[in-house]
Amino acid sequence: MRADLSIIKDWVQPGTEVLDLGCGDGTLLDYLQTHKQVRGYGLEISSENITECLRKGVNVIEQDLDSKGLSNFKDKSFDMVVMTQALQAVRQPDVLLEEMLRLAKESIITFPNFGYWRLRYYLARKGQMPVSKTLPYTWYNTPNIHLCTFKDFEELCYQKNIHILHRTVVDDEHRTNWLNQLWPNLLGQIAIYHVTR
Amino acid sequence: MPEVIPPDSVGIVTPQVAQFDIPLTLECGKQLNSFQLMYETYGELNADRSNAVLICHALSGHHHAAGYHSMEDSKPGWWDSCIGPGKPIDTNKFFVVSLNNLGGCAGSTGPASINPETGKAYGPDFPVVTVQDWVRSQAMLADRLNIPHWAAVIGGSLGGMQALQWSIEYPERVHNAAVIASTPRLSAQNIAFNEVARKAITSDPNFYEGRYGEHTTYPDKGLMLARMVGHITYLSNASMGEKFGRDLRAQTLKFGLLDVQFEVESYLHYQGERFSKNFDANTYLLMTRALDYFDPARAHEGDLSKALEPAKCKYLVVSFTTDWRFPPDRSEELVNAMVEAKKSVSYAEVDSPHGHDAFLIPTQRYMDVFHGFMGRVAKEIPHAR
Repeated sequence: MRADLSIIKDWVQPGTEVLDLGCGDGTLLDYLQTHKQVRGYGLEISSENITECLRKGVNVIEQDLDSKGLSNFKDKSFDMVVMTQALQAVRQPDVLLEEMLRLAKESIITFPNFGYWRLRYYLARKGQMPVSKTLPYTWYNTPNIHLCTFKDFEELCYQKNIHILHRTVVDDEHRTNWLNQLWPNLLGQIAIYHVTR
Repeated sequence: MPEVIPPDSVGIVTPQVAQFDIPLTLECGKQLNSFQLMYETYGELNADRSNAVLICHALSGHHHAAGYHSMEDSKPGWWDSCIGPGKPIDTNKFFVVSLNNLGGCAGSTGPASINPETGKAYGPDFPVVTVQDWVRSQAMLADRLNIPHWAAVIGGSLGGMQALQWSIEYPERVHNAAVIASTPRLSAQNIAFNEVARKAITSDPNFYEGRYGEHTTYPDKGLMLARMVGHITYLSNASMGEKFGRDLRAQTLKFGLLDVQFEVESYLHYQGERFSKNFDANTYLLMTRALDYFDPARAHEGDLSKALEPAKCKYLVVSFTTDWRFPPDRSEELVNAMVEAKKSVSYAEVDSPHGHDAFLIPTQRYMDVFHGFMGRVAKEIPHAR
């Protein structure tokens, strides 16, 4: 399992109801429903991923967050809304963040940290948009249209009165260490946040 | 005519009849003291009777869903693309039951059948049947076949409504339900189209209040018109355009008001005529009424999620982008209600150019979705063959 997912799974309480935005092939929900009696739905747009979720028996709903948003779900209809590695790819991440906290009291969000030192160094040295393991796209074909840093995200949470319950960062091997916990914005490659209202 | 039976076909099949001499009280209050249902089965029922799948037909469908009746058959059953060895409804794994609904005209008791109480055909006196009545009569067939529960109940369009009704009415007997290109209730526009179809039939001078049989005549012109209107709504503008465009039958315009000039006109005439030869007009009225009436939310002040509460199955809902008869937002309405009722549901909106008829056409994405879902259904079955 991807390391951000394996950290998230420890933050989800057994028996809760989860909505996973951009659920991919359903790995996280599959794990949560098998090991933690979690009930949930994934939203996804990739047809391959949807078929894979169906095979796994993960509830998957085809829905484009950019065009449809989340207005079809009622307030507080879930215990937890999760969004891994998708915040940076949506058109209005700030609106989506508010919507997530309308649907559930708590949210977990992971995204690639654009403040990571190697990315800063790449841009400074080459003068080109960084291409790395966590950001493997060139500027013109990237799905990531709203890249942000650890600091940017916290600033957004502050402005929107969103309370951060936990945060952590992992490196490209998906490990945490004391260094990246000490300087997360500089040394963390993937940011993982657990937030609430 | 199949020169050889394709390896992924269920092959030559023979319809069977189940006779019921048990009274069935219908939703309209009337009672049928006896009736028969015409059905076909494909594949084998396993030892613990856990691999049965029910196929519910759409408006003009019937029991012949897959395979051929003989080597002289020009076409296989109506859903042959999805039922057979290796197909999504895999007959190596599932025992498939498909029937002609009550009120139909393909062998099940309907308006053209003889009423045992009068010795004459029912005609317009055949009681109005609803989706609920169909599901109840299907449950009687399941009892007869000794099938305690369905691994899946599957249907497209009007068939999807039956699958939905099954899940609500007999939650213990349905493990999975696939509701394809369907809707939880018709829109005003849908009902309007149905009314145009009915009006076309009833205003045919040969209709005789539905007693055309007694006058040894037939409202074929009206039925043809009804089917032509229906057919337009089953296709999309794109698929009609692709098939016919504005192609002319002859090279030049004839400047006549009554000639069939465009290919699309000719096609509609052909479809309409063929249909009017094979379908009972009273049955068409009956089936469109069943469509109009279906609305499981009605008993719950319009709250669909409340109506869905009893259901225990896992749902698959599929819509098609160019279906304008039951467009994707009608399926989404259903999915939203299922989520609200905390039901297990997966939903796919399949990009297809084929309009409402897309549910009958094996496009890649559709088949992938269907295979994925049915593969998981098969895995759930204990001791699957």
